[in-house]
Amino acid sequence: MNLASRSVARSNVSLELRAWNIRRKALLMGQVQGQGYIGQALGIADVLAASYFHALEYRPEDPEWEGRDRFLLSIGHYAIALYAVLMEAGILPEDELETYGMDDSRMPMSGMASYTPGMEITGGSLGHGLGIAVGMAMGLKRKNNKAVVYNLMSDGELGEGSTWEAAMSGAHHKLDNLICLVDFNDQQADGKSTEMLCSEPLPEKWEAFGWHAQRVNGNDLAAVVHAFDKARAVKDAKPRVIIFDTTMCKGVPFLERREITHFVRVEADEWDKALAVLEEGKPA
Amino acid sequence: MTLASMARKYEVRKLPEGERQATSAMIASLAAEGYDTIAAPFGHALVEAARKDERILGLTADLGKYTDMHIFSQAMPDRFYQMGMAEQVLMSAAAGLAREGFLPFATTYAVFASRRAYDFIAMAIAEENLPVKIVCALPGLTTGYGPSHQATEDLAIFRGLPNMTLIDPCDADDIVGMVPQMIAHEGPVYARLLRGRVPSVLRKHKPDYRFQLGKAQMIREGNDVLVISTGLMTMRALDAAVQLAADKIDVAVLHCPTIKPLDLETIAAEAAKGGRLVVTAENHTVMGGLGEAVAAGLLSRGIAPRFRMIGLPDQFLEAGALPTLHEMYGISVGKVAEQIKGWL
Repeated sequence: MNLASRSVARSNVSLELRAWNIRRKALLMGQVQGQGYIGQALGIADVLAASYFHALEYRPEDPEWEGRDRFLLSIGHYAIALYAVLMEAGILPEDELETYGMDDSRMPMSGMASYTPGMEITGGSLGHGLGIAVGMAMGLKRKNNKAVVYNLMSDGELGEGSTWEAAMSGAHHKLDNLICLVDFNDQQADGKSTEMLCSEPLPEKWEAFGWHAQRVNGNDLAAVVHAFDKARAVKDAKPRVIIFDTTMCKGVPFLERREITHFVRVEADEWDKALAVLEEGKPA
Repeated sequence: MTLASMARKYEVRKLPEGERQATSAMIASLAAEGYDTIAAPFGHALVEAARKDERILGLTADLGKYTDMHIFSQAMPDRFYQMGMAEQVLMSAAAGLAREGFLPFATTYAVFASRRAYDFIAMAIAEENLPVKIVCALPGLTTGYGPSHQATEDLAIFRGLPNMTLIDPCDADDIVGMVPQMIAHEGPVYARLLRGRVPSVLRKHKPDYRFQLGKAQMIREGNDVLVISTGLMTMRALDAAVQLAADKIDVAVLHCPTIKPLDLETIAAEAAKGGRLVVTAENHTVMGGLGEAVAAGLLSRGIAPRFRMIGLPDQFLEAGALPTLHEMYGISVGKVAEQIKGWL
């Protein structure tokens, strides 16, 4: 199936500015709580910008519109990043930003479908998203619905056996309406992913599982956009995966240089500093 | 190595002369003497329901033939997904299909659903309250293959899961009756399954019996003992009651095929009718199943009759022929009758 023919949301705001806005909103949410998975949010911002402002079709005023492309956040703790892009896309009202992680907020620390418009699934128990995506892609085909299912997962989730059950299943059922996005920041709870349970060589592994695979720099917007286009243009009846090599804390150099961990510690006085540094790099 | 858990290592089991039987094949039906049987009641009921409801789909993890799903896959191949030996994606994909508006029935063995796929049932299905219907063969002690296949703790596992409805059918009448009610119920359901040639028991004892989701029903009245039973053990209790009647022991049997939500209103009303010994009976470990649920329900209502539980012990059970094992673990008709007699 050629997915490139579907029209996508466009505007005259550059993807660079979208990505910058996503980073800024994520930092502001992090500041509310004094913590958060900010390293991941800054790292994945470019991929999210390309997803929501280049690839996906959706209606901000109707997040459950039947024709929408489904975007599944398998990695629940990346919620801070998804809230940022959902606000940027107009799906979540921006004035809720300061409620992030608070009691009675619609934006809990880990993403849950029943809390937040635009959050398709409850992630967080890692290794779940791709299997659910397989079922949704099957369901869309049954309905002759041309929407695409995107599943954003982390490199750590590649250690879960369920991911590979789902990968085999997606290929077996010829799910050409399924695109998996892997954030490869080589970082998980106890250290570097490649040192915890190495999943390399990744494109070869996915190809061996029957997928069309690409690997690009996830912080190079042009490369990211090209990878989305290429994934959607594949003619073969197979699912597609894009592995994005990303840099944790991208866009805030003093955090990028910090000893990077799964949960980046940002001191109370550093949030303003981070926002100021980001401001200096604001795209024209 | 002399770990206590391996104390039985390599020992030949000693049985009285003349009692040795061969372990039956996995596909053997669970037959009971003196009852008519119905072939593959679940598969046929599902096909009938699916003819009326286009949302219904069938999925299995390489156990279509062993869960009677093959009846559905043959009748409606376009609405069936063979997911392969991959229970985690079986449950996740069922959740995804439910998200897209379908009503998936997913089948496997009870051990694999409850042990291997639990997290996926919990988070992808139950937490989202999605209408996925999980139907699992080999509940409790219905195979002689040993602990790898004996789901002796599945009900305990799923009882703790919010949003789940649990059904432990007794016979073909229950299975045929439960399918449309599982569909009418909006949330997720876990049902135990008897497959192959399944006896029709309940209607023989109570001709107007009809399965009702969430309801316990008196199948047989009696003044000395009240057996509160579920699943296969209602069959055993009814047969034991007939035996005990010959000894002038009058046994009532209250059948509770819905384990969650449990019909405590009916159970409490019956248990409060004074003087009867109350006995629970389940094809499941006594840890966390029907017995403990009934006990907690009665106590919290201030009802404290004489109370005993029949169920499987808190052990990994042995391999062997089912009749041998049912005797060994006290869930044969004879052992049920014997235990009740001993408690009076």
